[in-house]
Amino acid sequence: MEREIIIKAENMVKKFGNFVANHCLNFEVYRGEIFGFLGANGAGKTTAIKILCGLSYPTSGTISVAGFDVYRQREQIKRNIGYMSQKFSLYEDLSIRENIRFFAGIYGLKRDYIRKRTEELLEELQITHLGNELIADLPLGWRQKLAFSVAVFHRPQIVFLDEPTSGVDPATRRQFWDMINRAAAGGITVFVTTHYMDEAEYCDRLSIMVDGRIDALDTPAGLKEQLGVDNIDDVFLKLVRNKTV
Amino acid sequence: MPVIEIKDLSKSYHNKEALKGISFGVEHNEFFGLIGPDGAGKTTLMRIMASLLLADKGSVVMSGLDVVADYKKLRGILGYMPGSFSLYQDLTVEENLKFFATVFGTTIHENYHLIRDIYVQIEPFKKRRAGKLSGGMKQKLALCCALIHKPEILILDEPTTGVDAVSRKEFWEMLQRLQQQGLTIIVSTPYMDDAGKCNRVALMQDGNMLAVGTTAEITATYDETIFAIVSGEAFRCKQRLTTLQGVSSVYSFGKEIHVSVPVGTIGEPDIARWLQAEGISNFTVEIRQAQIEDVFLKQMQQ
Repeated sequence: MEREIIIKAENMVKKFGNFVANHCLNFEVYRGEIFGFLGANGAGKTTAIKILCGLSYPTSGTISVAGFDVYRQREQIKRNIGYMSQKFSLYEDLSIRENIRFFAGIYGLKRDYIRKRTEELLEELQITHLGNELIADLPLGWRQKLAFSVAVFHRPQIVFLDEPTSGVDPATRRQFWDMINRAAAGGITVFVTTHYMDEAEYCDRLSIMVDGRIDALDTPAGLKEQLGVDNIDDVFLKLVRNKTV
Repeated sequence: MPVIEIKDLSKSYHNKEALKGISFGVEHNEFFGLIGPDGAGKTTLMRIMASLLLADKGSVVMSGLDVVADYKKLRGILGYMPGSFSLYQDLTVEENLKFFATVFGTTIHENYHLIRDIYVQIEPFKKRRAGKLSGGMKQKLALCCALIHKPEILILDEPTTGVDAVSRKEFWEMLQRLQQQGLTIIVSTPYMDDAGKCNRVALMQDGNMLAVGTTAEITATYDETIFAIVSGEAFRCKQRLTTLQGVSSVYSFGKEIHVSVPVGTIGEPDIARWLQAEGISNFTVEIRQAQIEDVFLKQMQQ
């Protein structure tokens, strides 16, 4: 079956002066898949994500995201994606409802629709009674789940998650992945980074970056087979150590 | 006698209880891990131990010194590496190290043996300002600065959070070598699988201590049977398993799904038969020894 390509990077290069952060990356992401974007610290993941989100221009290469070109159609890209990270997600001094209204408003959703969807969402998350609480007063686990819901509130084609579960308790981490799975089943493409190797197993496919290059890209099972190891931790160790030692 | 004794320690911020009466001890030369998610109280506990924060109630005694009454003496035997990078960004690598050595009345030369292994990795950049270092190098410098006065006890607050799996492994190996040099080490981490690298750990959640002991002791307290199921259709398989009668919990563990049931109720053949009846054919079931994360999840439910 031919799968629909939603992100396509051909010979993507990003240089900062003499430093090459992304060496000629080539990869495709399919619609509705959970794509794990792994790599060592400083391997160039953040640089690549910024380009894919339309926040930074590549030095060269042909890259399209949700059918839009990263050089000329950055505003369309931004409208068609969602983004969340552990470091920045929601405004702490706004309430849950205010945060939703703010972000949904930025994406240009209609007021009536926002109001209706907000209540539906709060109900789904079983937090209707907390709707007017400030984000600052919510436990971290709740904030992260809510931040994800806000990131996909406008039904983007792709959601970028940058270490979304860092420091989150093990139960919430799993609930978070249930939400990711539901979003993907609903057709949203999930592009995710993580340092938890068990989470890497939950991805449909993984790419592993080392020193600005994608050194491996396959399903978790395929990667383990290629490298002759039985867990992703060892896949990662093998690829990264080979390079640096 | 333990080198660190913590008794009934409590701390609140406004109306939020960060620590709810915690007690435990750490033995001399032990490698002790505080394991728990953000908000568990790990940083509060460590800041109190480092004499940077006053507890509301309870006591901390380290090497016979009280953390409040004897804080000046205590700081001489304590190395502390906070969670966020807190060296001087506008000083060079060498200047930072020299500064910390001087503050503690020593020299880099005097205790060089203690930091040599780590320092050689950043020495090529010793004229670089700390603010311009990569994350990994900052961390190594911070560790050197925490060690330069030859502390007896080293306290590290989440040194490997947000660090990739390989660098994490290397950092832990570095700590294990420091332990061999006689240090008592207490380290916090949100990664459950780091537990195995510690002699003993405390599991923390919401200001409480869920369990304290060796990994083996803690996992032995798990009083149910765990089945590990691997399926080509993991998501659907997991969804179906949650509807199975008599199951206490169903959690994903990487490629495995852990299903916990009361001992002697459900067996492997029961699960296999049931999954087949649900139309899932491609799977394996086996009994699995509990891991720290299984225990943590179970304790959280209670």
